[in-house]
Amino acid sequence: MLAYTDDEVMLARSADDFLARFASTKHLRRLRDGRDDTGFDRGVWHEMARLGYAGVLVDEAHGGSAFGHVGAGLLCASFGRHLSTSPFLSSAVLGATALRSALASAQRCWLPRIAEGEAIVALAVDEGRRHAPASTALSAERSGEVHVLRGEKTLVVDGHVADAFVVLARTSGRPGDAAGLSLFLVEADRPGVSVRRQDMIDSRNAARVTFDGVRVATDTAIGPVDGAGPIIDDVLDAGRIALAAELVGIAREAFERTVTYLKRRRQFGHAIGSFQALQHRAAQLHGQIELAQSTVVKAARLRDLGDPRAALFASVAKAKAGDAAERATDEAVQMHGGIGMTDELDVGLYLKRARVAGTLLGDRHLHADRVATLLGF
Amino acid sequence: MTEFADDPQTFRAQIRAWLERHCPPEMRSPAHGEDDICWGGRRWTFRSDAQRQWLNAAAAEGLTVPGWPRAYGGAGMSSAQVQVFDDEMERIGARSPLESFGIWMLGPALLKFGTDEQKRRYLPPIARGEIRWCQGYSEPDAGSDLVALRTRAEDRGDRYVVNGQKIWTSYADQADWIFCLVRTDATAPKHRGLSFVVFDMHTPGVTTRPIKLISGKSPFCETFFENVEVPKANLIGAENGGWTVAKYLLTQEREMIAGRARGLHDGRPLWQVVQELAGDAKGRIVDPILRDRVARAEIDALALTATIERYVEDAAHGHEIGDRSSILKYCNAELNQRRQTLILEASGADGLRWDFVRSDGGEVAPAWLRAKANSIEGGTAEVMLNIVAKRLLDLPAE
Repeated sequence: MLAYTDDEVMLARSADDFLARFASTKHLRRLRDGRDDTGFDRGVWHEMARLGYAGVLVDEAHGGSAFGHVGAGLLCASFGRHLSTSPFLSSAVLGATALRSALASAQRCWLPRIAEGEAIVALAVDEGRRHAPASTALSAERSGEVHVLRGEKTLVVDGHVADAFVVLARTSGRPGDAAGLSLFLVEADRPGVSVRRQDMIDSRNAARVTFDGVRVATDTAIGPVDGAGPIIDDVLDAGRIALAAELVGIAREAFERTVTYLKRRRQFGHAIGSFQALQHRAAQLHGQIELAQSTVVKAARLRDLGDPRAALFASVAKAKAGDAAERATDEAVQMHGGIGMTDELDVGLYLKRARVAGTLLGDRHLHADRVATLLGF
Repeated sequence: MTEFADDPQTFRAQIRAWLERHCPPEMRSPAHGEDDICWGGRRWTFRSDAQRQWLNAAAAEGLTVPGWPRAYGGAGMSSAQVQVFDDEMERIGARSPLESFGIWMLGPALLKFGTDEQKRRYLPPIARGEIRWCQGYSEPDAGSDLVALRTRAEDRGDRYVVNGQKIWTSYADQADWIFCLVRTDATAPKHRGLSFVVFDMHTPGVTTRPIKLISGKSPFCETFFENVEVPKANLIGAENGGWTVAKYLLTQEREMIAGRARGLHDGRPLWQVVQELAGDAKGRIVDPILRDRVARAEIDALALTATIERYVEDAAHGHEIGDRSSILKYCNAELNQRRQTLILEASGADGLRWDFVRSDGGEVAPAWLRAKANSIEGGTAEVMLNIVAKRLLDLPAE
């Protein structure tokens, strides 16, 4: 169950080739240094859509490739290795998964466009400094046939280029209650929506999005009003597995570059990789990355199989991969020494992306707590 | 013997039905530590009727060693079938009918390096639990540096005469036979002059002395050889080619230690044990720091289990576990030590008493002390990291 099929191996190989050529750290630097307005290359994203990436979680009836979560995870691992920027996480994973619970008409309207890379649908969840969906305060009050949204979201990935938002809103209860939450699909050009881009350490897209009395038809609700909790968990878990896969890709790439450096760099007349103090740290790290990778494949596979343990493993994977990526990138800087501190070396880019991806949708501490809760202690 | 079907679904149903009929209810719970395991051997006294019935039923079908060929006492299952068998055992919480160094270590080495005659002679008694084996590797001056070992075997035509001393020989005082690494060529470079021999522990000149450990128990012995005569037919592999056999056996041992030998592991999740010791009425572990540390240990335990599963699947697809067993062995030792420490801490002052037992019957302080050996036995944690660094990461020697 954890071994990859031939098709999956082929998908990973072709993604690696493609991303090395068109969406590598070199391209990330170009976008960053040129202060690119979009934050990714739309041409490359369209090509990725043509290869089926944007529709990995969209069913074939809606024009998707339906590779599933294992496929999505393989792509994310490649994104992690190359630090590729694209709206994959926001639109192809989070947006697409949320929309699968929307009304059939909304699915017909949006899913094919997501799969074609023509529309970007972003998820607006977080409001405070920490990922805490139950703390949602953004309100959606019913007024006849519409809901009126008031509040503010932060860290909305690809928010400034989104065509629509899936917004987590409170329709009853108070912030902190797990119940009383709803999801609404809000087009970005609705009156009252304003978007401000946030300048992130990983040079990737995020935005603060304000909803100031935004009126949306009640049938834009995704799932039951007041009862969207299970759908939210499901959507977030899809994103967590994708992020965990990306984190393992980041950890592996940073680690492999470090091992190469350990073999090349000489001090005291020896390759520094011959020193046992460094060998043992490298060996421990290798083990941790292996462990993290297993959790990611397991989580993705369980989700594709519809196994109820998928939620537990989504948190296990997010925690373990976040841990491995943090260690791998910390050690990458340390073992490269002075050069590891320079912007010229890519290692710093991995360090910063690992930190952001590790924090998005809950850091390893939050997920350790969720593992405890799900297991029942 | 039952003819098992090739079709996976029928096969699973057959295994399930067989287990339902033959696994006694008392054997459907994890063993509590090494004293609760069925090890077999000439001197074995069964702890219960259920233990005897379970061994006999499993051995009759080759299910103590399901992956070995039928000719040698196994059930001839493919690795995919063994996986199904393991799943079904786990489903009903069945403990292993038999564990032994013969199953984990010598058997795989014989299957790879033994002659057909040797396989026929040694493997079936292992599978039936009739002969219990011990391992003669370490010596007082050859621990991590195993190839420095000095026990010598002199050539006397049709036999060797063995003189020397082994140490940390697990259960040597209860074993029937020993597999042993000896020096047959004192002039060759260290690992080139070693041979792998097997002999009966009743051979004149063999004596053992148990070593009392910090846990109060004596699972290990010193073993002395004084002019022990070993027929040359008992040589496994080539003369002076013992290191090849020994290394292979060590990888097997590491895989087993790392988790494939289910019987060695108290099968209950850590969180349940801690919950019983330190949980409130609703089952919440009250101390937030303890709860967090247990959660992290559970994450690592699930990650290690998934990794073993992944490697075993790889092996079924032709990619052997090989030196990756060192990763498993290292992580498993670290994790079990963490587990035992957390259980000890959750037990508070009670855990510091020798006679304290958990509500499920498990030991606390002895298990914590026993676990200290996890990062020493079968290759120290440091040796595991050396292997990962040199063989998997290809980092240079100094």
